[in-house]
Amino acid sequence: MIPTVPQPGFAKWCYRAYVTAFFLYLALPLAVVCVFAFNNSVFPSLPWEGFTWAWFFGTEAPFIGVFNERSILRAIGTSAFVAAWVSALAVAVGTCNAFLFVRHSFRGKSLLYILMLLPLIIPGVILGISILVFASAIANTLEDATGLWFDGLRPGLILVILGQFSFITTFATLVISARLQKFDPSLEEAALNLGASKLGAIRQITLPFLMPAILASAVVSILMSFENFNTTLMLVGSESPLTITMFDKLKQGSTPVLNAVSLLLIVMSAVLGILSLLFQKPKR
Amino acid sequence: MTTDGSKLGFYLLLAPILLWLVVLIILPHLGLFWVSISEKIGPREFQTGFGNYVTFFEEPLYWRTFARTAIMSILATALTLIFGFPIAYYIAKLTRGRTKTTLFLMCMIPFWVSELVRTFGWMILLRETGVFSNLLQYLGLVSGPVEFLYNDAAIMVGLVYTSILFMVVPLVTTLDSLDDSLIEAGYDLGGNSLSILREIVIPHAMPGIVSGCIVVFMLSLGNYLTPILLGGKDSLWFTGMIYTQFITRFNWELGSALGFLLLALSSGVVFLGLKLSRQSLADTMGRA
Repeated sequence: MIPTVPQPGFAKWCYRAYVTAFFLYLALPLAVVCVFAFNNSVFPSLPWEGFTWAWFFGTEAPFIGVFNERSILRAIGTSAFVAAWVSALAVAVGTCNAFLFVRHSFRGKSLLYILMLLPLIIPGVILGISILVFASAIANTLEDATGLWFDGLRPGLILVILGQFSFITTFATLVISARLQKFDPSLEEAALNLGASKLGAIRQITLPFLMPAILASAVVSILMSFENFNTTLMLVGSESPLTITMFDKLKQGSTPVLNAVSLLLIVMSAVLGILSLLFQKPKR
Repeated sequence: MTTDGSKLGFYLLLAPILLWLVVLIILPHLGLFWVSISEKIGPREFQTGFGNYVTFFEEPLYWRTFARTAIMSILATALTLIFGFPIAYYIAKLTRGRTKTTLFLMCMIPFWVSELVRTFGWMILLRETGVFSNLLQYLGLVSGPVEFLYNDAAIMVGLVYTSILFMVVPLVTTLDSLDDSLIEAGYDLGGNSLSILREIVIPHAMPGIVSGCIVVFMLSLGNYLTPILLGGKDSLWFTGMIYTQFITRFNWELGSALGFLLLALSSGVVFLGLKLSRQSLADTMGRA
């Protein structure tokens, strides 16, 4: 079935109908989440009780809006903190890895490359428990040996950041490596001929060339960190990021305030996602 | 490119990746294995042995849940392939330029959104007081509220929804590279749509099908949110058991053993898929 080969009208029509149904299936859950954020009722379900902004700006119980709900605001702050760290670390290490894999050849390079890809095929829950077990073992050993407390190695934000960093770095490495591979080394050589130092040439020529990929992977890292659930679930301590807070609220029974948060998340994800595509778009 | 001056640079570049992989991936997994073969014999007293694995095989609840998770994941993978293939084909072969970009983008937007939000959406749609139940009552097809949530079908809908993009993207990439003239030649030689699909399109798309299936199976197996929120009391999922052992029961030894079994299954399937399709991990994952 291709455009140049004619097909019976009925088959074509069925195909179109299927594609339309598929996109409806994709859009439906997100659409209802958004719509019920404006329902003037304490349950995110029918019947429709009228339009309201209360779940965003409301101040009186039970209509407490997102912007006045302490626990959710705090969780958003925690998520942003984690995402900033994860993104910065992942991009820094990812850039180093890109230079290592594209510019250097050494023994065991292909083995190291496969090891670098491994975090992609380890289920997030397993990644979480393995880091939890390992960090606790170190903490126990250190505490037995020194008699001091090592709270940083107990479930908490540090472990959440490390856990997310451990697999998001792979994505950053792949994105930045792909861009570095397209770089023409003669540009850097020209800079060296013109008297630049090695580091100077990289800073002035190579890094600006890599910038779109670096920005794109930073945005993708923030997005992935914000949304991560499985790994975070196993490593979280007393301060929980947004997805964990929402999960707890969802299990207790939800009010449309969750729809309002979700709507904000959907808007944020769409903006960040499109941003990452724009960065990666070849300009020349 | 390597000169004497860059020797130091090379080691400086090697340090972060080694630190990352050794400290956060390799050592934790060795540690996990070590804990999984420790048996508790008293307070803070352990001996080495495979007792936790024996528990897994002796307790029907554990291995049944394991098998159930694997079978449901295979089913989810098959459904995702069946539903995703026509979409990928439509995007790759029947649309051009702007329409293609738009459709592709429309496929991607739901997956930028947190899985929690997507699952929440399905809960609103499927629950007893939800949209579908009310719609059916409004249409007069049923007399009372219907509960669509908390069963295996709901889990399946959620799993397919959550992972379909990871099937569509590799399929679009491979189908894009299939030259239309090959399909035309098939028609010229007297083939019909079905035989062309079987003889030309599917063989060409095989690498995409394999990498899509591997990723979808892995994601379903390791999923936690969808089965827990959409499934009922009897719809156990293996990741849920691992969570229970670790966080609720505080039995890390058994939890580690269960975790290791899940990891073994997931890696085994990836390995098998790659072997069967004669692809390397680098090619398959690099495409994602």
